[in-house]
Amino acid sequence: MTILIRGGRVIDPGRVNGPADVLIERGKIAAVGPKLKAPADAKILDATNHVVLPGFIDLHVHLREPGFEYKETIASGAASAVAGGFTAVCCMPNTNPINDNQSITEFILEKARAAGLAHVFPVGAITKGSEGKELAEIGDLRRAGCVAISDDGLPVMNSLVMRRAMEYAIAFDLPVVDHCEDLHLSEGGCMNEGLVSTQLGLPGVPAAAEDVMVARNLALAELTGARLHLAHLSTAGSVRMVREAKARGIKVTAEACPHHFMLTEEAVCGYNTHAKMNPPLRTWADVQAIKEGLRDGTIDVIATDHAPHATQEKQQEFAAAPNGIVGLETAWPLTLTLVEEGVLTLEAAVAKLTTEPAKAFGLKNGSLAVGADADVVIANVQEPWEIDPARFRSKSRNTPFAGWKVKGRVTTTLVGGKIVYEA
Amino acid sequence: MSFKHKHLLSIAPLSAEEIMLVLETADSFKEVSGREIKKVPALRGKTVVNLFFEPSTRTRTSFELAAKRLSADVINFSPSNSSVVKGETLLDTARNIEAMQADVIVLRHPAAGAAETLASGVKSSVINAGDGWHEHPTQALLDLYTLREKKREFKGLRVAIVGDVAHSRVARSNIHALTKVGAEVRVVGPRTMMPYGIERLGTRLYDNLEEGLRGVDVIMMLRLQLERQGRALFPTIREYSRLYGLTAERLKLAEPGALVMHPGPINRGVEIAPDVADSFSSVILDQVTNGVAVRMGILYLLTGAN
Repeated sequence: MTILIRGGRVIDPGRVNGPADVLIERGKIAAVGPKLKAPADAKILDATNHVVLPGFIDLHVHLREPGFEYKETIASGAASAVAGGFTAVCCMPNTNPINDNQSITEFILEKARAAGLAHVFPVGAITKGSEGKELAEIGDLRRAGCVAISDDGLPVMNSLVMRRAMEYAIAFDLPVVDHCEDLHLSEGGCMNEGLVSTQLGLPGVPAAAEDVMVARNLALAELTGARLHLAHLSTAGSVRMVREAKARGIKVTAEACPHHFMLTEEAVCGYNTHAKMNPPLRTWADVQAIKEGLRDGTIDVIATDHAPHATQEKQQEFAAAPNGIVGLETAWPLTLTLVEEGVLTLEAAVAKLTTEPAKAFGLKNGSLAVGADADVVIANVQEPWEIDPARFRSKSRNTPFAGWKVKGRVTTTLVGGKIVYEA
Repeated sequence: MSFKHKHLLSIAPLSAEEIMLVLETADSFKEVSGREIKKVPALRGKTVVNLFFEPSTRTRTSFELAAKRLSADVINFSPSNSSVVKGETLLDTARNIEAMQADVIVLRHPAAGAAETLASGVKSSVINAGDGWHEHPTQALLDLYTLREKKREFKGLRVAIVGDVAHSRVARSNIHALTKVGAEVRVVGPRTMMPYGIERLGTRLYDNLEEGLRGVDVIMMLRLQLERQGRALFPTIREYSRLYGLTAERLKLAEPGALVMHPGPINRGVEIAPDVADSFSSVILDQVTNGVAVRMGILYLLTGAN
């Protein structure tokens, strides 16, 4: 099918930023330019007052299948993705069983193909069972389609194992992703350690639990020369260390999640389990540091850490409730707040959702170059709306942003030239 | 004035006036416990459920006596003999209890915030009888009641809270309550037992017990949770006791007539020397007696029986 997206402002970071039309033929970008002529059989999509962007890429989601289909399935997660403008998502391996072998990777890819919505790129485990002991068959995982390796929420505590993983991954040019948390320092903790945890009597996780592992990982990246990607930075210390490491030429990329630049530990007051995540919401000073890191490029990527949980799981005592929130369907308006505040230009904000994540994981997606797969988002930046979890495509509703009045909406999402979502 | 709260979840949101109202209400009930027939009909026809997810003898018994002396019907419900072991959530358990028309649920739970979670999900009044490390508001109220009985005035009273403040709901409730009514609060203990920013709750921090005790009017000893030794909070009970145990010698550093308090149960010879626990300065048993009166006052105020 031939599609002409007409009348919008195209932002293809580093390439195009201005009024242009986008012509899609046979699933590929055929032309980008002003006032393109519509071929006779073309379906016209009117993008007046809208921006036309490469489809977003989320480097950090939990799709829960196999094992936790009551929270999310690959199909429901992919539907949630395209509703939020994400045409590609990278799913973490903490399923049951864990994605530490090619058969699980193949299962995920098969389910994603059947869903036919967003591209799903699995992230394989670093160690067998994510137990932090023996390396998983990383070569097999790569061949089966994994784009990175991570033990995510079960971070590799043994520094020697992490070193070996980094060295081994070099042969496959795979980024090693780490959720930086010293499990001894964080043991038992369920929110940021600070004044609020003192008041609420909740066990805290100090910023140092993240900082010491960021420091370790940077040292190992320097030692091995491997590609390191740091997941969901939440502390000022992390940002400072990554900035310094980048200046010294260490191959590191980093991501931040919208909740870590939108909210502080104060959101936990009242024992709000929708404000419980790992890493936890930190202080105002940390939020400022995350924003500064996004502004100066220390933090390359905005990722959501989309973590669906069933309602009854979050309706528990705070310490018993699981960590995490859904993020795919709220990322665009929350990212736009950075533009409104002057932290990022609109183009830079788009880059952190498209070209930068593509670069970090070596994906060919994320651009509107002629010949590229036509993964395209049409969105606006000004439409006011209220976040209503009942309308989410995700199976889960766990968000601290329910009822927030935000601006900017995804109106149409195309994957491979096919319309997969229309608001 | 009247008590405008439906629940008693923590001391933090109460005003000094509201705290004083609770103490005054308790005054009128203290006399009841001294009567031949220890009962008034104030809560006749009301149902109070003690929902205890942690073992407790003192607090549960105190609430039970308080409710019975007000003529309420009392049910004790604890997880060992309930459906909780079958995986029922706190809210479902509570809704079932509520469906039996409970007017008040008294909750003791190991998770901070459990009382708040419960209060948000049921129509009954909820009294927090201790939630994790968060608060134990009736303990602070009975401590204040006891202090007022012995010292008359709160203003300028110097109080040292000694021990594991970080993991103590009693400490948190008392810090809030004492600072609200105008007392000076010191916290004393090793830094491993002090939560982040404790001074910003209006306290002064002392690493050294002798310095912390100098000139105080009241010493509140916290129970050392012996099982925490393996958690690197302190090296041995022996060393803890040597550094932070209250002895007769150390008691002399406080003002003459200083009071010694303890929320119980005490570890004799660990945080408190036996002769101190049994001394004239000790008001530990007064605390227990007053607990019943204060809890009667709270039940009375929350049920709107006034």
